[in-house]
Amino acid sequence: MKDIIAGLNKEFDNRVRLGIMSILMVNEWVDFNTVKTLLNLTDGNLASHISALEKTGYIEVKKEFVGKKPRTTYNATPEGKKAFRHHLDALEKLLKGNS
Amino acid sequence: MNQSALVMEEKSNEHYLDDLKEIRSMMEKSSRFISLSGLSGISAGIIALVGAFIASWYIKTHIENPSYTLQTVVMVRMEDVLFLLLDAAIVLFLALTSATYFAVRKARMQNLPVWSKAGELTLINLLIPLATGAIFCLILYTYNIFILIAPATLLFYGLALLNASKYTLAEVRYLGICEIVLGLAGMLIPGYSIILWAVGFGLLHIIYGAVMYYRYER
Repeated sequence: MKDIIAGLNKEFDNRVRLGIMSILMVNEWVDFNTVKTLLNLTDGNLASHISALEKTGYIEVKKEFVGKKPRTTYNATPEGKKAFRHHLDALEKLLKGNS
Repeated sequence: MNQSALVMEEKSNEHYLDDLKEIRSMMEKSSRFISLSGLSGISAGIIALVGAFIASWYIKTHIENPSYTLQTVVMVRMEDVLFLLLDAAIVLFLALTSATYFAVRKARMQNLPVWSKAGELTLINLLIPLATGAIFCLILYTYNIFILIAPATLLFYGLALLNASKYTLAEVRYLGICEIVLGLAGMLIPGYSIILWAVGFGLLHIIYGAVMYYRYER
């Protein structure tokens, strides 16, 4: 039992981070407001989770200007995608094992 | 894998099940165009109803013997056909403009970019069957088969919606299926073109728009 649980990644133990990674698994370079709207979050809440994921190297950040407006977009890194898939496998195994 | 990043405490099955649900829902939602507004549907529907009303008024007052069998309809004067086509074209233009306006407004309110990858996919997948239908109707027109034009527009519009529904709100699919059924039924009982259009482009849009507005935007 412990081995299966050990497959879960603590970085994804949070719903917000789980949501961010889910979005970035199926989309490339998503902007801040899109993520915010999809997850129904406040700026501050999202920003703190984004920077946590950035620190672990699971997502990369790109800052650019569209006209005069700054635009920040996010993308999952290959390591991030790998870690997330691993986490998903662990979740599935766990649920299969327990039922 | 980093040992400190592992979760050692056990949580309930339900918690993990909810995690999976959240992942699935986010993957789904984020790859779709979600700025389509219910108000887009309602406004387009009202415009279509006005257009249908004008068309039926014109037919009543300008066409002496409005019978719609395949044989007699060919004898309708060219200017009548042109008036009805112009009416349809204006309805289409105004409906698209208003639908776009409300979609842009919703995107602004959600603070989302108006133009997204999902929006692009929605539009392309809508336009391919729609353009096919338009060409098909032009061909019917050149062969003087006016009787099938109205149901054919509904049919292709339905197919376009069905196709685009993979990239936008899932409910669009049901609107598409209704349009297809209506289009096919219209081909079997010709002669009700104006009513078909009023129901397909007017009533169905208003119902769909009202449901969507009630569900997501209130």
